[in-house]
Amino acid sequence: MSDDSGAARFKAEVLVHLDAAANLARWLLRNPVEAEDVVQEAVLRAFSYYPSFRGVNARAWLLQIVRNAAYAVMKKTRGIHMVKLHEDASDNAESAWGIDLVDPAGDPESLLMQQETRREIDALLGALPVELRECIILREFEELSYREIAEITAVPIGTVMSRLWRARRLLSEAAGVKEPAR
Amino acid sequence: MSMRDGCDKVLLLQAEFDGELDAAQSIAITRHRESCACCRDAWQRLVETRRTLRDRASYHKASAVLGQRLDQALASAARAAGREAGLPDRGLSEAGHDTRRRPWLAFAPWWRPALGFAAGAAAAAIAILLFFQPLATTEIADLVVASHVRSMQPGHLLDVASNDQHNVKPWFDGKVDFAPPVKNLADQGFPLVGGRLDYLQDRNVAALVYRSGPHLINVLIWPSEVAEGGEPRQLDKGGFNILHWQEGGMVVWVVSDLDAAKLQNFVTIWRNHD
Repeated sequence: MSDDSGAARFKAEVLVHLDAAANLARWLLRNPVEAEDVVQEAVLRAFSYYPSFRGVNARAWLLQIVRNAAYAVMKKTRGIHMVKLHEDASDNAESAWGIDLVDPAGDPESLLMQQETRREIDALLGALPVELRECIILREFEELSYREIAEITAVPIGTVMSRLWRARRLLSEAAGVKEPAR
Repeated sequence: MSMRDGCDKVLLLQAEFDGELDAAQSIAITRHRESCACCRDAWQRLVETRRTLRDRASYHKASAVLGQRLDQALASAARAAGREAGLPDRGLSEAGHDTRRRPWLAFAPWWRPALGFAAGAAAAAIAILLFFQPLATTEIADLVVASHVRSMQPGHLLDVASNDQHNVKPWFDGKVDFAPPVKNLADQGFPLVGGRLDYLQDRNVAALVYRSGPHLINVLIWPSEVAEGGEPRQLDKGGFNILHWQEGGMVVWVVSDLDAAKLQNFVTIWRNHD
């Protein structure tokens, strides 16, 4: 194949999944600049591997490369992210760090329902441990199968399932998804 | 009942929700759901959580700027590859990597046609895999950090707010099938704030909450299955410091954003306090 048609095929088969790659990187890194750098690096890496790519699932393949690149960055800049997690957590639970710890909100359920804005949901999602966050992003946003998620995140399917469950339970509880009356 | 509480079929229920089960399993779990209040409730929560995420969480598409940057980078990468005819996977100068040394990804065996096959076989294997996986330390650490993070969400910190261990200790009676050691360390600078019932994997655990200045310390306690001695072991996970050990037939995990030395100090005081 000529390089031109290789590039064209790469665009048609792999680069069409650029939004999925950008979304995953952004949710893993929680920083738009770092995320775009990681996506660029991952796409170029994918392009260089592409001639030997024989798979059928280019989206999962690209997402795996993005995920590996993002983890490499997180490993390097871990200190920064440790701080960020705290900021995120206190962002959406302002009083948790303050002095009124002993005074739980009067009606947390309805309060949470009101606060259930995009920013709130984003903050909850961002506050999940990254292992849980990546599972829920890949499942709910990209609608990948357990098998695909297991392979992208390099863990057994059973682990994917329990992580998904934990992620959903944490989100459900934290977002105050209304408990059905019994 | 809620997603906290366990029918042991919740992960199969979730697999059904995610379209991972074959027809026979799907029928079985659907039938089960009709007779299990816990699973009906859990299903409702799965539905609502998905709707909340898909409707309300941000999806970060690639920016136009990134698209342009990639177009340029790919064009020059393609030119470079053209000049290096015969070496199509030549490393790209823009990426700063010599990819020839890293062919593992392109040849990763998992990638090949296994995807389709997996669906059926996996469904059968799933149930077995799930329920018998022993939890590794890092998995427990994940859960402990998740519990700590969750405790910082509004309204989730405490079930019983009291700085008196004589209120906190009896509160756990009937909620957990063991008696957690509740100690107040106010005199040593770590006032007890209260207690909470928490849930890690498949068991109820007692969570004690202490404060050190503006920092929270969660102490999670549950009975140990395997006796194991030794000094507290230290971990850090997602920016939180963790110490865990066993004593008196209990597993104790302490998690906080407090710095490692101060948390160690807390643990020393906690362990030496009667």
